[in-house]
Amino acid sequence: MSAAIDVATQHELEQLHSRYAALLDDGPLAQWPELFTEECLYLLIPRDNHELDLPLAIMRCESRGMLRDRVRAVEQTVMHEPRYLRHHITNATAVWADGELHGVAHYSVLEVLPDALPRVLSCGRYVDRVVRCDDGRLRYAERRCIYDSVLVPNTIVYPV
Amino acid sequence: MTHNERVWPGDDATRLPYWIYSDPDIYQREMSRIFRGSIWAYAAIEAEIPEPGDFRVTRIGDRSVIVIRDEHGVIRAFVNRCAHRGVKVCRQQRGNTRFFVCPYHQWSYDAQGRLKGVPFIKGVKQLGGMPDDFRREDHGLPALAVAVRNGVVFVSFHESPPPFPEYLGETNLRYFDRVFDGRKLRLLGYSRQLIPGNWKLMFENIKDPYHASLLHVFLVTFGLFRADQKSQVRMDATGMHALLISQRGEAGKSTDTADISNLREDFTLEDPRLLDPVREYSDDATVVMQTIWPNLIVQQQSNTLALRQLQPRGPESFELHWTFFGYEDDDETMTRRRLRQANLMSSAGLVSADDSEVIKLAQDGTREHPEDAGVLLMGGRDTEDVPHMVTEAAIRAFYVRYREVMEL
Ligand code: FES
Ligand SMILES: [Fe+2]
Repeated sequence: MSAAIDVATQHELEQLHSRYAALLDDGPLAQWPELFTEECLYLLIPRDNHELDLPLAIMRCESRGMLRDRVRAVEQTVMHEPRYLRHHITNATAVWADGELHGVAHYSVLEVLPDALPRVLSCGRYVDRVVRCDDGRLRYAERRCIYDSVLVPNTIVYPV
Repeated sequence: MTHNERVWPGDDATRLPYWIYSDPDIYQREMSRIFRGSIWAYAAIEAEIPEPGDFRVTRIGDRSVIVIRDEHGVIRAFVNRCAHRGVKVCRQQRGNTRFFVCPYHQWSYDAQGRLKGVPFIKGVKQLGGMPDDFRREDHGLPALAVAVRNGVVFVSFHESPPPFPEYLGETNLRYFDRVFDGRKLRLLGYSRQLIPGNWKLMFENIKDPYHASLLHVFLVTFGLFRADQKSQVRMDATGMHALLISQRGEAGKSTDTADISNLREDFTLEDPRLLDPVREYSDDATVVMQTIWPNLIVQQQSNTLALRQLQPRGPESFELHWTFFGYEDDDETMTRRRLRQANLMSSAGLVSADDSEVIKLAQDGTREHPEDAGVLLMGGRDTEDVPHMVTEAAIRAFYVRYREVMEL
């Protein structure tokens, strides 16, 4: 059974998405994992894998610890050109089911490299499970980023 | 300037002229001499097309090719281009069908690429129609040769490519069969990326153990690939194919890592499940990177297994098409492990990102200086197998062969 969410919850959910975008685009990146639960699941999945029921995700983090590892690895070990990213998250909807918010939102990420025009790095939808934690905040228990742009322009370095 | 005026510096492969990465004439010559030469190009794995009628579209060189299992279970490959007026017959990436129908005038082809139907072939009300001497048999989709080895499908535009085992040579065949040992493969998924660089830069990268222990800070930090590890570089007799074989060592610092300025000694994983490799083959190698001329990299990095196919798209860009797989007899834990380790290697890989980024920078740097040349002297001038990683011998071997085939 699912139930509609009220305006206050809708607002809170959109605030969570906005905070998510702000941390990824403007930092500090190290705080981004805090938007997830300890036992979370974060997947970045090409749409064709999703539709073919193939399990491969190009990023797979199975806990908040793994999200932190990803963030630190990106910041400390991956060689990459500097870049600006800009997330646009729209059409956020959700319903309550089994005490959790089951949500979907559309996203696109613009990428600007030092010497190039802006381009779309990734676009698709987020399929989420969001829960209310003991501290009263909403957090992602699960976020599947299912991207339509299956041919990735060079490399995705930062989480989407 | 055309390739006729291009002169390779020196008579070996210790100098690499930068025009090979951006000259459109050189690129066209590569497409015909290499990709449509006497070679076997990787196309698909059987696990992608298990049932009669299952097909997948791929690219060999820069040409679209359909690979299909016909109604008798035989794998066939043909050019994805209508014999009538050149329209791409199949618009899907994959599917199951008995016929391919061209959208333009609806010529239809069967699973063997034979032309079966031509609308209005006899005309309408005695008007029009094809001439009497029109024979459907003359207008099929041109077929490619097909070789299947332990679940992996290779194709060739050439009329008489060598037998596949002979093509790989003894050592490379042995290592190929090490991963593709006859067990049924399980398809785990795809990852695709368009890398803004010449396709050969990817091959160079995988044939280059020298960079692996320097550029890949993540690998080095976790002891997955390091200059001080037991390792070898092996080629086939022609130099076309190569193997980088290495054994995992310890994480952290050692005397031989002193040159690695950016080693992150204090980096430990909060969730070590990201890296919990288990031994799964009978030898001790934990990394085997095999490059098979002209379009395939077979990757075993710990427990992540992938086929990386190179699809050139003009001189300055290529698609890297990854197919991740395991074995049908993997248990759930093993599949999970492979999927987690894929965090290192994909279009968002913590390790492979270094390579796609550096390939772009190599393209940017060389494009501006086509008249200059790079230096390939690490490990000497020869192209022999060596029991260490501090060498560029496999890249030299590749270019010695390249020069022969390209007559450069
Ligand atoms: S172009 Fe294919 S039927 Fe005419
Ligand atoms: Fe590399």
